[in-house]
Amino acid sequence: MAKVTFNEALCKGCALCVDACPKGIIALSKTHINQKGYYPAQVEEMDKCIGCASCARMCPDCVITVER
Amino acid sequence: MNERILMKGNEAIAEAAIMAGCRQFFGYPITPQNQIPEYMSKRMPQVGGTFLQSESEVAAINMVYGAAAAGGRVMTSSSSPGISLKQEGISYIVGAELPAVIVNIVRGGPGLGGIQPAQCDYYQATRGGGHGDYRMVVLAPSTVQEAVELTQEAFDIADYYRNPVMLLGDGMIGQMMEPVTMKPIEKRELPEKTWAATGWDGKSRPRAILNSLFIDPAVLEQHNLKLQAKYAAMEKDEVRVEIDCPEDSEYIVVAYGTMARIASKAISMARAEGMKIGMVRPITLWPFPSQALKNCVTDKVKHVMTVELAAGQMLDDVRLSIGNNVPTSCYSRLGGMVPTSREIYEQFMKLGKGGNE
Amino acid sequence: MAIVYQKPKALTDKPFHYCPGCTHGIIHRLVAECIDELGIQDRTIGVAPVGCAVFAYDYFNVDMLEAAHGRAPACATGVKRVNPNNIVFTYQGDGDLASIGCAEIVHAANRGENITVIFVNNAIYGMTGGQMAPTTLVGQVTTTSPYGRDPMSAGYPIRISEMLSQLEGPALVERVSVHDVKNVVNAKRAIKKAFQNQIDGKGFSLVEVLSTCPTNWGKTPQEALKWLQENMIPQYPLGVFKDKEAK
Repeated sequence: MAKVTFNEALCKGCALCVDACPKGIIALSKTHINQKGYYPAQVEEMDKCIGCASCARMCPDCVITVER
Repeated sequence: MNERILMKGNEAIAEAAIMAGCRQFFGYPITPQNQIPEYMSKRMPQVGGTFLQSESEVAAINMVYGAAAAGGRVMTSSSSPGISLKQEGISYIVGAELPAVIVNIVRGGPGLGGIQPAQCDYYQATRGGGHGDYRMVVLAPSTVQEAVELTQEAFDIADYYRNPVMLLGDGMIGQMMEPVTMKPIEKRELPEKTWAATGWDGKSRPRAILNSLFIDPAVLEQHNLKLQAKYAAMEKDEVRVEIDCPEDSEYIVVAYGTMARIASKAISMARAEGMKIGMVRPITLWPFPSQALKNCVTDKVKHVMTVELAAGQMLDDVRLSIGNNVPTSCYSRLGGMVPTSREIYEQFMKLGKGGNE
Repeated sequence: MAIVYQKPKALTDKPFHYCPGCTHGIIHRLVAECIDELGIQDRTIGVAPVGCAVFAYDYFNVDMLEAAHGRAPACATGVKRVNPNNIVFTYQGDGDLASIGCAEIVHAANRGENITVIFVNNAIYGMTGGQMAPTTLVGQVTTTSPYGRDPMSAGYPIRISEMLSQLEGPALVERVSVHDVKNVVNAKRAIKKAFQNQIDGKGFSLVEVLSTCPTNWGKTPQEALKWLQENMIPQYPLGVFKDKEAK
């Protein structure tokens, strides 16, 4: 049981978290942009998250909080 | 403490700094100020302070920046070419509003110049020296005793305004030995250094950011206005001058530092010949004692002459102070050559005959 | 559920100004995590450089100085000599440390100054728009090496860690990278050690962190990580170059 929360307002859509996720469950939004004007990263299937924090470790903007 | 001891100017400046509570000194060897770092290297360990011979003047002044930012009472010393190297750091120290004392034992220039006494860094010292719109108080002692007092004052002025202060001597004052009394100056009420970077607990004060970068021009303008207000306060309160100017003076000599001593001897000689001549000795080169000088220039005054080891740099400030109604001139020796009092006296005599007007 | 990863307390809430995918943000976070974990936030003083990280004083939630270009090690020396109990670190880029500030870093290292240096090497001047750095690779195109860096005229990329490791002074000189999760974890271990060394009074510790500049390299953030791995690491091999403890 794990959960990641994205502070979407800080996301610059660099997608480093997308590649870092071992489960491949992170993707950039295709439907909306944030206040900064980027397509923010988001988790599509939270139930597959293992809380490894790889995404948070690669995020250059402290967007991600991980709970487990 | 009050006994008179024989000391070299440079060493007296160093000891006075220690007496004023200076506990960090950073410097790089250059003639003719080497006795200051040498003395500091001996004394600082004895008082629990830091002496560090830096890799360059550039590094030294940035160590000063760091030590000042951490709340230390800090000094560096150098001579003309080294002071040029320090200008970057001085500008940053001003920008970040940090207190520090910088000693310049001036030698002949430009370039590597020479190692003999000169006053050719007057413009650099009184016009800021580095980039940006800034000033600093420049103190010019004419005796070793005065150097002891002004060195101590320099630290207080620096702390009071959070601005660097320059002590401007020349090779003569640095190298000459005179009897001095190492007595502390009167204490000035100084604000606590609540702005210093000493470690932040998150509550007792705002986080310390010592910085000279203000990327928003509107903010930078405000910062500059704040600095200008400090300079206005210095101009109001920090002018120091010695005046020996009888009311009937027809001639006025303006000289500072060691040149004032030689000029003063020449004045005695001229007075003995009946010449009505007075002297104004700026002790602060910035702020320049403009009003005091102006007050001396009565309608009896026929000529104002500066005597400088420079090609009339201070003459500009004299003209700015008194305007162009009275003839002015500069008697200068350059490159480390120092005039004798007889030589200056002869200039005065020429003036008296109208030869220099 | 408990929080297992979040923004460290030693960072302020101010969003980074760095370009998307720039690894400065990762390195900032690692430094801040180390400050948190070592419990030294209340006695840490940071010294910011000139370059992309010039605003570091807005991000690190500790007392900060902004130094002149290249002079951070001299400033840090001044701070440390006044208050030796403070934990003092500099955060410098390759132009700042390896070019204009070469003298200051060499002599701070040689004195064994008890400070921690985070040296971010991305082989380019980022803030000023992508000019050639002392660390720019041979053949690398920048705005001031438009035909690629020619060593006959511009010299070869400078290996700071190797150079400094020849000195007696440093306690630790290590090069790490942040191009993937495994390396980010390793980089944090090295940075933490560099701070721990200072706490233990062991002396000068420098961690060189290979970093990306997607914007001025003209690459996507993903391509930049790959480029770092494939081009920078052969020129700048990772590892410990000096560790007094290990002797």
